[in-house]
Amino acid sequence: MGNHGRFEGCIGVRQSIIHWFRFASPQSFYPLAGRMIPWFWAAAAISGIAGLWISFFVAPTDAQQGEGYRIIFVHVPASWMSMFIYLVMAFWAGLGLALNTRVSAMMAQALAPTGALMAALSLLTGAFWGKPMWGAWWVWDARLTSELILFFLYLGFMALQAAIDDPRRADKAGAILALVGVVNIPIIYFSVKWWNTLHQGSTINLTKAPSMAQTMLWGMLLMAFAFWMYSIAVALTRVRAIILERERHTEWVKHAVE
Amino acid sequence: MQWNSVGEFFAMGGYGLYVWGSFGACAILMVAEPLLAKHRLNEIRESLARERLADELDHQAGTS
Repeated sequence: MGNHGRFEGCIGVRQSIIHWFRFASPQSFYPLAGRMIPWFWAAAAISGIAGLWISFFVAPTDAQQGEGYRIIFVHVPASWMSMFIYLVMAFWAGLGLALNTRVSAMMAQALAPTGALMAALSLLTGAFWGKPMWGAWWVWDARLTSELILFFLYLGFMALQAAIDDPRRADKAGAILALVGVVNIPIIYFSVKWWNTLHQGSTINLTKAPSMAQTMLWGMLLMAFAFWMYSIAVALTRVRAIILERERHTEWVKHAVE
Repeated sequence: MQWNSVGEFFAMGGYGLYVWGSFGACAILMVAEPLLAKHRLNEIRESLARERLADELDHQAGTS
């Protein structure tokens, strides 16, 4: 009886692994992504509208920075997403390198432009915040410089992949670049602690209670969630295009597009 | 709510340029990016549809 049960358990595990690997094929991921995209757009829209409402109409005026602090509601979400997307991109690229799965490499490729956009927005909104508060659009501060390096890492990843004709070789080269670049993420995150920077310390961290008004915190978290859902929706749209581009000579693609 | 008029809202306590510059940059780029991604998907779909049509025409020409 005991042995019998264990045997069946093994089959159960095997079947669920097979079930999950099924989505790792471009053929089944393409329609799945198509079905998921509207839900991520809906989540992005709802949390974005709620977040904007709090940003402008609920969150109080800041005692030190007046209304200028409201830039935080886009600056922090964009900065968080620029770092988070990089980690996710490096994870998919690394998985593609290790297991040779096609969809994970395509997913890494689809995330790079969105990550670059978030890094660009982080730098742009940061400049708009720096000018009135520090008196300069840009300073060569550790936080700003490491974020600029992150932006260039995204561009480098995209340029490297575009420069290599064979997609499988491009995936491998890109994965190595992405994985090496991961070292920059803790540098950005801890830069305000490790160096004496002009950039302020984090208002939210994992160990201490947040040092900001509750409504400001909620506005920021809602906006961050909206940026997150946006990123997934866009990356899934892009990965669908990449799947069709790279699989265009396969039989299933010919039948997938009517 | 801290705004007494629409003008006050847009002025953002003197930080109008910086606040609206930031939100505006986000709005522009976050509208443009999905449109570009959608355009890329439509391009490849149309290209595949054309290819399929060409194949069908070839096939018809071959059999008739």
